Amino acid sequence: MSTQDTPTPAPSWEPRIIAFFCNWCTYTAADLAGVSRMKYAANIRVIRVMCSGRIDPQFVLEAFAKGADGVLIGGCHPNDCHYAEGNYKMLRRFRLLKRLLADMGIDENRFRLEWISAAEGEKVKTVVNEMVENIKKLGPLGLPDRLAELNTELEAEHLPVSEPHEKESEVAHV
Amino acid sequence: MFRPKIAFYWCASCGGCEETVVDLAEDILGVVEKVNIVLWPVAMDFKYDAIRAMPDGSILATLLNGAIRSTEQEEMARLLRRKSKYLIAYGSCAHTGGIPGLANQFSREQILRFVYEESPSTVNGEKTRPQTQWLADDTGGTLVMHRQKRGSLDGLSFVDQDRMLKLPKLHELVRSLDQVVEVDYYVPGCPPTPNLTKAAVGALLDGRMPPKGSVLAPDVALCDECPRKASKPTNVSFKEFHRPHQKVLDPAQCFLAQGVVCMGPATRSGCTAQCPGGNMPCTGCFGPTSRVRDQGAKILSSLCANVEPKDEDGIDNVLAGIPDPVGTFYRYGLAKSLLRQKVNR
Repeated sequence: MSTQDTPTPAPSWEPRIIAFFCNWCTYTAADLAGVSRMKYAANIRVIRVMCSGRIDPQFVLEAFAKGADGVLIGGCHPNDCHYAEGNYKMLRRFRLLKRLLADMGIDENRFRLEWISAAEGEKVKTVVNEMVENIKKLGPLGLPDRLAELNTELEAEHLPVSEPHEKESEVAHV
Repeated sequence: MFRPKIAFYWCASCGGCEETVVDLAEDILGVVEKVNIVLWPVAMDFKYDAIRAMPDGSILATLLNGAIRSTEQEEMARLLRRKSKYLIAYGSCAHTGGIPGLANQFSREQILRFVYEESPSTVNGEKTRPQTQWLADDTGGTLVMHRQKRGSLDGLSFVDQDRMLKLPKLHELVRSLDQVVEVDYYVPGCPPTPNLTKAAVGALLDGRMPPKGSVLAPDVALCDECPRKASKPTNVSFKEFHRPHQKVLDPAQCFLAQGVVCMGPATRSGCTAQCPGGNMPCTGCFGPTSRVRDQGAKILSSLCANVEPKDEDGIDNVLAGIPDPVGTFYRYGLAKSLLRQKVNR
């Protein structure tokens, strides 16, 4: 029952953040940051979705359950959604999901929603850097490791099949 | 006549699932006639040793209800898994962790401290707790305790003359049955309805079982069989949420249209919508359909998308009507949810 997430992370530890970016704005902004040669922390793994309204809360929970230290969502500014209403749907889900995550002991700095238009490459850089800094202070979340630790209370010879825990390097990048 | 062996067992459960078996009423006679019940602790007297002595796989099916949250329950789940051809998770607790799964929001220490020391109705000046550690022999010599190692667990045994009793240890995490052993089928519900039970036992005896891993209930949302379905508006829009005790509920209109959280859209059907029939919204005991991994996330997604305001404060005001999202959305499924447990409990 420590108040800190993990007091002493391994020295080599770096936060891993899953970022869901909307195709029409934030993903384009990240592209812009790239072609403008801006530098920002390399801790995010970007997943492009067609709209922030497409982001199922299951995606967020699964990211955390599989070992993400943070989840960042980027969508279009209010009134700018390519599909008219998607970003509002995301905002509403975000407000309750954030509370649910807090109730499950996940710090609010680990889950962030930002409106970033296609022109705001600079904002991608600021937001990502900020989030990486915040999560570095919190330490690793490490849900798979926590679960593996708890599963040692089961009889060792018949450990249950846990959720597959792929190592980053084993994931095929197509 | 050959009569296949059937076992019933309970782990962390309330006894409601056992009631359902009895609720088969006269139909249970037809079942009992065709099977040989080899274990049913709630109703008949059997010894675990008799089960241990049986050849592996000799029980046709074990219907196990209750979540797994102690070393004894784990041991029995493993034993019955080994002895049974089919292991069936019976009821919400075995299927998705059930109400006991909500304990995954607290550590074992928090639970023991509250129950044995802090709860308002507890008088326990000496702070006595169920023991899992070595105790000095201060009982006058008749009761001697030996510490035993079993794997990484501290098992504790009490030797009274020649009899040895073992005390189980409470797990840190509540688990659904399939998080401990392999499960063949699931019968959902808190408790499962007599109809589903009858259908499952019938299928079992006739040997027409669906593919392994199936949940033995229809794979569509509850709304499909809800008598209020016709009154569900095309566009649901929430201006505020009411809890059932805060409002006089219209007995015919869709709960969502009345601003009441109903788990129906995210819950499997098969119960004949008994709760909506009794003018109470669905609380989700049948778990999700096969296309959904996390029931709570899905109902959250659906409800929130239809909140009316578009600004943060307005949205928060409406959502304040759901004061306990974990308890509401994961009432029966926290153990089987994606996150499974509160971190830093």
